[in-house]
Amino acid sequence: MTEEIGLNHYLLLGAVLFVCGALCMATKRNAIGVLMGVELVLNGANVNFVALARFNPAFEVEGQVFAVFVIVMAAAEAAIALAIVLNFYNNHLSVDVDTAEELKG
Amino acid sequence: MSLHAFLFYVVAGLTGLSAIAVVVTQNIVRSAAFLLFALAGTAGVFFLLGADFVGATQLLVYVGGVLVLVVFGVMLTAQEPFVSMKTGAAEWVVAAVVGLLLYAAIAVSVLIDPVVKPVELQKAGAQTAPTPEASRSTEVLGEAFLGLQEATPKQYKDGSPIKVTGIPPERAPKRTPMGYLLPFEIVSVHLLVVLIGAAYLARAKRRRGAST
Repeated sequence: MTEEIGLNHYLLLGAVLFVCGALCMATKRNAIGVLMGVELVLNGANVNFVALARFNPAFEVEGQVFAVFVIVMAAAEAAIALAIVLNFYNNHLSVDVDTAEELKG
Repeated sequence: MSLHAFLFYVVAGLTGLSAIAVVVTQNIVRSAAFLLFALAGTAGVFFLLGADFVGATQLLVYVGGVLVLVVFGVMLTAQEPFVSMKTGAAEWVVAAVVGLLLYAAIAVSVLIDPVVKPVELQKAGAQTAPTPEASRSTEVLGEAFLGLQEATPKQYKDGSPIKVTGIPPERAPKRTPMGYLLPFEIVSVHLLVVLIGAAYLARAKRRRGAST
């Protein structure tokens, strides 16, 4: 526990967020729960971006720039996904992803 | 243990445990509450990394904006059967196994073959604790957006050229300092279009079956 906090610590934290998000997407049956999983995955990626911006001087600025872009994209994605979920709820009175079978081929 | 290490373990523990709680909790309202802590903890991690602007953006956009959207979505759809939808025990076992395997794969690839070797980092003069220069990160970011300074330094602090991808410097593609203003404009127009589209999609409509 006495060693310095390095790049690996932050990458492992990002991996925790990523795996939690992936599991959240896979196990939740509520569509909004799935959306929360997507947010967690994007956050995990962002932690990696900023950590590499910090510890690798070649990405000093790019890491942070892309983190900002990811945050904006996540906001856009959340808005559109919630609009779709609300629309689905209006039509089917349900947010269970198992009932969204109309697109099945 | 240094202050930086102590803060990292506190913030990372908060973030990681909240993220795990988001997955494990069955109640969607509690899930949203834990997501708040996970997102705020991520902002704390950004501050620890010296990325002030990204951390502040995270707080404003995620904790202030996206989470409000999610909470509203939860409240609008919070009918009794959807508040806590159970996942089967067999699915939990599969999910736990897959999650642990995925995490093990990522952890092994991070620890066995580091992207950047620690020696290279020391040569580059990377610090592990926040320094006064770190608080300039907002300024540097703004200048990079405008193209005032080249975003990527050409050499390490000891003068040796940076090799990121393993391409020898003479064959590396020429990079022009162009700034990130154009991508930023594209992203902002994209956000505008998406928000208009979201408002159009979510507009009030009569429920199917209510009419005719």
